[in-house]
Formats: sequence, structure tokens, C-alpha cells
Amino acid sequence: MDDMIKVFVIDRDEKRHELDAPTDMNMNMMELCKSYDLPVEGTCGGMAMCASCHMYVLSSHEISERSEDEEDMLDEAFFVEDNSRLGCQIKLAADLDGLEVRLAPVGS
Amino acid sequence: MIQTDILIIGAGPCGLFTVFEAGLLKLRCHLIDSLPHPGGQCTEIYPKKPIYDIPAYPSILAGELTERLMEQIEPFSPGFTLGERAEIIEKDEDGQFVVTTNRGTKHRAPIIAIAAGLGCFEPRKPPVENLASYEDKGVEYIIKDPEFYRGKKVVISGGGDSALDWTIFLTEGVASDVTLVHRRPSFRGHPDSVQKVLDLAEAGKINLITNAEVVGVSGDGNLNALEVKHTTDGMMSISTDHWIPLFGLSPKLGPIAEWNLNISKNAIEVDTFDYSTNVPGIYAIGDINNYPGKLKLILCGFHEATLMVQSAYKRIFPDKNLVLKYTTVTGKPSL
Ligand SMILES: Cc1cc2nc3c(=O)[nH]c(=O)nc-3n(C[C@H](O)[C@H](O)[C@H](O)COP(=O)(O)OP(=O)(O)OC[C@H]3O[C@@H](n4cnc5c(N)ncnc54)[C@H](O)[C@@H]3O)c2cc1C
Ligand code: FES
Repeated sequence: MDDMIKVFVIDRDEKRHELDAPTDMNMNMMELCKSYDLPVEGTCGGMAMCASCHMYVLSSHEISERSEDEEDMLDEAFFVEDNSRLGCQIKLAADLDGLEVRLAPVGS
Repeated sequence: MIQTDILIIGAGPCGLFTVFEAGLLKLRCHLIDSLPHPGGQCTEIYPKKPIYDIPAYPSILAGELTERLMEQIEPFSPGFTLGERAEIIEKDEDGQFVVTTNRGTKHRAPIIAIAAGLGCFEPRKPPVENLASYEDKGVEYIIKDPEFYRGKKVVISGGGDSALDWTIFLTEGVASDVTLVHRRPSFRGHPDSVQKVLDLAEAGKINLITNAEVVGVSGDGNLNALEVKHTTDGMMSISTDHWIPLFGLSPKLGPIAEWNLNISKNAIEVDTFDYSTNVPGIYAIGDINNYPGKLKLILCGFHEATLMVQSAYKRIFPDKNLVLKYTTVTGKPSL
């Protein structure tokens, strides 16, 4: 299908999931993970207000830069690295075909 | 012992609106919330965001919605136990429920309405190995009494207002030694507090370590050192008596899981006839419940609260018949 891409998500048990992701539904990576029942909370519904969708981008795809809100919210995440992103701020689009991310660890 | 008709666990929008609907039936309510203020997610996560799907409000700030709900229920003078977590539910010999909080406050009621949303807001704990074994042995997530830190070495982590404010406060003649560790050079807190912290660092009064994160804890029963990872300088060890990680709050189901209720996917299963749970007399409304087709929306929670109090009334007064009266007919609400 034209409006589908593939993305890969490595969960916290090191399991790699291959997901079919629609690009025509205004979806983001947090929502995609939730729709596949992967353990991403997404408490704030995707407004960069909860940091529960922290993930690392492993592939070299170009993603729009972190906004000020995203930077601020990453302050409440743990083990933030240069490739850290809030999943809800990664919009699924055709140029992200093959994107690979790893879910960040969560505290108890 | 606080006695009421409907004991509501959770003072988010759905818990608050329950007071109104119960009040129309002359039932009294008391609310318990672990947060120090009412409003639930609306107050804690997004008070300044506009909500667009509250009927008749084309737009209303989440904080304002809470204020309006408080105004609407005021005539029914609900009681509040704030800053305490409902911990234990028991039944007494009269068949009434007794709910005890983590601070030991007891409440008694024939009906419980659980409006606990996504759960209790609790401090976010870093996923650092062995952290739990140092809790209250040097690691604290909340500062209860600043005096506790007098003359002590303290490390604070975080970049928001609470991290900045406590850094400033503890530096001013309380702790002997204060270090602030933050993952980047800029802070999201109030500009005045940021400036103050930068000034203190400049003056050598605090040890400010940015581009760094605490990744390990160690000690001999009590905490005595932290392992800090700096993005360019690598690992370092800091000796300290206390570590206070301040990374905000996030909701956790908490004690609800122990109440013998049917729970799936962190939500309480209910019957959509009246939002009753598997335990007679206990209802669940708002984000905390689950049923086929459930949507976690404020509007839906209001509807659930309205139907729930009807059923609660019939449980309390099995012999009385309830007739629906419009508020336009009954007039200005009062108990
Ligand atoms: C960023 C964001 C945007 C949103 N936007 C919208 C929107 O546009 N429209 C909409 O309809 N909804 C929206 N929502 C969802 C809406 O906020 C929730 O549906 C609503 O808050 C649920 O209300 P509630 O009363 O069920 O629970 P909550 O608001 O979660 O309140 C539950 C309360 O219970 C307390 N509690 C839990 N367990 C215990 C315990 N054991 N003891 C004591 N207290 C306890 C908690 O501390 C909390 O204060 C949004 C949510 C977020 C986070
Ligand atoms: S879902 Fe809340 S920050 Fe992404």
C-alpha cells in the first residue's frame, strides 16, 4: 500500500517488532506503539506533557528537531541521550520508512 | 471518623461532578485525593491547556474547568481529605465501608465511588539499579521537612521548579553541601530561580553539574555515593548523604489493585447499567473504569457519575422511589 511504511521497535525485553504504520492518519510513534499494545503509556495523549513515550532513534532518519516543549519534557525522562525523542513528537511520514527505535527504560 | 453518604476516591473532574449529582438527591459526599488540590489530571498535568469538547464551552482551560466544578458543587458543601492516599477498604459490622488513608485518616460510608483516574500521582523514580534499597536510607523523592537535611551533603537531580527551588532553599543555611545534577545546561523552571541557581554556582555556593545524570547509587546500608555520567567527561563519583531525584509526578494504579476488584489493563471492570464493580456498594467512574466501548473523556465520566448516583441512592434507600426532577424545576441547588 502507498500510505504504509514499516518501522521497527525494540521493546524493553530486547524483542524487535516490525510494525506496519499508516502515514495518512496523522499518527505518531507513541500512538503507533499503543495501537500494537507495546508498553508505551502516552499519558498526556501526545502533547509533550508527560515524558511517558521516551524512545531512542537508532536509524539515521532525519526527524524534525526537538521543540522547546519536547526538550523541557525530556528533563523528566531518564537516561536521555542525543538520540532521545518523545515518541509522540515523531509524526509518521513516508520518509520514515524503515525507522528503528528502542523504548527507553522506565522507573518503577 | 469522617461519616458521609458517598465516599469518593479521587477529586478529578468526575469525582467532583459526582458531588453535584449526589447533592441533587440530597446525598452528602466526601472526597479523598492524594494530591494537595482538586482537579486530577486537569490540574496536575494541563491546567493551562484549553479543552474543546465540554458541551456548551467552545473552549475552557482545564484549570478553569476545575474552578467551575468547585463552584458548582459548593452549595453541597462536600468534605475533602487532600494530600492523603486511600489505602485500605474494609467493611464494618453494619455493612458500611471504612476507608483508611496512608496517614491513618478514617472515613465511613455505605457507598464508595472510585474516581481515581489513571491512579495516584506519585514521584517518578529513576530506573537506577538498587534504588529501592536506598529509599528512606538517603534517597527521598519528596522533601517533607527541610530540617532533615541540616548539615548534610545533598544531591538534587532535575531541571524544573521544584529542583531549582529546593536547591536554593537548602543552600541557604540548611545543608552543608548542595549539588544540582541536570541533563542539559538550560532549565525549564522560572527564569528568576534559574538565575539564582546560576549565581549560586558562580559564587561557588553550590556544585552545579550539567550535561550529566545520576546512573548509580551505592553505600553500606545507607547511601554514601552516587555515580554520575557526564556526556563528555565520562563517569565520576560524588560522595553524599542524600539524593533527591525530582522528575515530576506520574500516575500509578497504587493501592486500588489490592481492593479485590476485577481489574484489567489498569482499569476496573464495571457494569454499564450503573457503573457498579464486582463488589456491591463500590462503583467506579471516569478514567479508572473499563467496559466495552469505553472512552477516557471527561464528558463520558460526567454521564457515568449521573447514572451511578441513582443506583447508589437505591442501595441506601431501597424502599424509596426516585423520580427524576429537572434542576430547572428544583431550582437553585442546595442540600
Ligand atoms: C494532557 C491531557 C489532555 C486531555 N485533554 C482532554 C480533552 O480535551 N477532553 C477530554 O474529555 N479529556 C481530556 N483528557 C482526559 C481527562 O483529563 C480525563 O478523562 C479526566 O481527567 C478523568 O477524570 P477523572 O476524574 O476520572 O480522573 P483524574 O482526573 O485522573 O483524577 C483522579 C484523581 O484520583 C486521585 N487518586 C487516584 N488513586 C487514589 C487513591 N488511592 N487515593 C487518593 N487519591 C487517588 C489522583 O490523585 C487524581 O487526582 C486529557 C488528559 C490529559 C492528560
Ligand atoms: S505522550 Fe506524553 S509526552 Fe508523549
